Amino acid sequence: MTDKPVHSMSKRDLLGLVGASAGASAMYMMMNSLGQARASTFKGPVKLDGDAKGKSVLILGAGLAGLVAALELTRAGYKVQVLEYQDRLGGRSWSLRGGDSFTELGGASQSCGFASGNYINPGPWRIPYHHHGVIHYCHELGVGLEPFTQLNFNAYVHSTKAFGGKPQRYRHIQADLYGHVGELLAKAVNKNALDDMVTKEDREILLQALRGLGALDKNYRYVAGEASSDRRGWTKQPGGGLSAEPIPSDPMSLSTVLQSGLWRAIASNLSFDHQYAIFQPVGGMDMIPKAFEREVGNLVRRGSRVTAIRQDAKGVTADYLDVKTGQKLQAKADFCLCTIPLSILAQIEMNVGADMANAIKAVPYRPSVKVGLEFKRRFWEQDEQIYGGITSTDLPIAQISYPSTSYGSQGPGVLLAAYSGGAFAYEYTTLTPEERVARTVEWGAQIHPQYKEEFMNGVAVGWHRVPWTQGCFGMWSEESRATHYKNLCAIDGRIALAGEHASYIGGWQEGAVTSSLDAIGRLHQRALAI
Amino acid sequence: MTKTILTLALAATAALGAMTAATAQDAAPRTPTGPAASQAGDMDGAFILNNRFSEPDGAKLYKRVCASCHMPNGEGAKGAGFYPALAKNPNLAAGGYPMLVIMKGMNGMPPLGEMMTDKQVADVVNYVRTHFGNSYKDAVTAEEVKMMR
Repeated sequence: MTDKPVHSMSKRDLLGLVGASAGASAMYMMMNSLGQARASTFKGPVKLDGDAKGKSVLILGAGLAGLVAALELTRAGYKVQVLEYQDRLGGRSWSLRGGDSFTELGGASQSCGFASGNYINPGPWRIPYHHHGVIHYCHELGVGLEPFTQLNFNAYVHSTKAFGGKPQRYRHIQADLYGHVGELLAKAVNKNALDDMVTKEDREILLQALRGLGALDKNYRYVAGEASSDRRGWTKQPGGGLSAEPIPSDPMSLSTVLQSGLWRAIASNLSFDHQYAIFQPVGGMDMIPKAFEREVGNLVRRGSRVTAIRQDAKGVTADYLDVKTGQKLQAKADFCLCTIPLSILAQIEMNVGADMANAIKAVPYRPSVKVGLEFKRRFWEQDEQIYGGITSTDLPIAQISYPSTSYGSQGPGVLLAAYSGGAFAYEYTTLTPEERVARTVEWGAQIHPQYKEEFMNGVAVGWHRVPWTQGCFGMWSEESRATHYKNLCAIDGRIALAGEHASYIGGWQEGAVTSSLDAIGRLHQRALAI
Repeated sequence: MTKTILTLALAATAALGAMTAATAQDAAPRTPTGPAASQAGDMDGAFILNNRFSEPDGAKLYKRVCASCHMPNGEGAKGAGFYPALAKNPNLAAGGYPMLVIMKGMNGMPPLGEMMTDKQVADVVNYVRTHFGNSYKDAVTAEEVKMMR
């Protein structure tokens, strides 16, 4: 490209040329450099050029970070072996379906009783459009993606402390918040209160913007009428025929909206990580590891518990136990990519320098609980016209997520009926799985009274009881990030770390993918240099 | 512009600002009514606030917070890693140690001091040091916890 007279072309011409000559990934990189596409650090398929000369890499952990590394390092000519504690691949990229069982720390076992086709994702459950690394592998390995309904204006926002505990439709709270804020700011503009901040030229533009943002009438008021009902919905919807005349709905007062606290729920849907388009794999999140399994499953030794990792001038040795037989075994390689969650790795003997050792011990793991409940029918669709999306609440369940697929199905349906964090997650986790499910039904019934009649069965995952992570994901603070993050990511001798914990996208699979690609790129350079 | 309108306008603008500020980077669930929200709670004082523990004494704090990892009888657990047993654990000989671990966290264990009062930290340390086969008589105090913050 460098020999082309770029200055004589429009940006669009240039992009067209790059797209035609070098393929989509080159075009994507070019767009990035022009500032048009901001995204994760994924820069297209990784290129590990140069001869690896049959060098070997031992990968610890077959979650997404480990699987990405296994695939790419194999392609680059490395000999790869993967050790995995579980008897399944995927780590937190996990789905629970009917017939699956799960035993948590403490010994409680659950058997999932969902009907065929129903599932929950106890771990990651959605993929934003800008998580290019995850999406790249989904496309390449044939994992179907479908829209995840993040925001449903007809779902609820709920507080036990507002409206007598009666759930409110999201569209009412958002429309009334934006409407009143728009009206107030328009009033301030019209009373010249903002003249020292808004130029004369901008004044009219601002008023127009506020009218649009707030659904204000021609006098910049947020009142019952066509404009506001077009946002919040009507008391009587417009229809056809003789009795079709619509009746506008009445907005709530500003004070009612503010005092309810429900406006807080609007924010999470505005965040970059939750904007449309956002996806889920068709059939469950574990379709991703299942796709990797088809490529590199033969390289993974399951049921292997790593007990020590040692390196010397010649290579890396991992001691591990066969979980079923207790047999002591060893694996050796020239290099090691360790993707074991830090909560576990901090307890494993490992001869790395103080910088990496301290970083490994510096990241606490977040508490989190998810509960899936199956009901005899999709009452949320049939009775309340809620098709996908999320209801948020101050109850300990925190959220109810309605399925983003199979709308209108007449059979049993599964809700993600709790996704809890904070103090509630610790408290939830202390309950037996049966109690977690029972309380989830009680709490959810405050929002959907149909719960009591329609409930069939449930599963509950408290992430601090998950035997292979002891927590949901790593929590970095500004201080720990400044002190330890680079030390965590830097290669120590022959050992590199990867996983969501070694990323700025904590708790998301994209963090695992991008950290893995970054780490194997640097390991490859080291391998070439030796 | 009247003072009332200006105040309201500022409050509304602040509300929008607060919404933006509340947008964290993680995938975490958020409760719509924030930290001030409270529930009736259960018989152990659990499930009242989401940003603080509300259990009133050491036994209930242990049962409803610590037991999520260290298990109901302090027996700990083993999987890919482990949760140390607190039962007959010699590390509890000095009260300052469990106090420090609760306040600052340890490896993957999150620091919990910010979600407990000084008295709660002292209560749960004293509970653990006098149960599960531990019988240390020297109680720690809320004052000592306060000094560690």
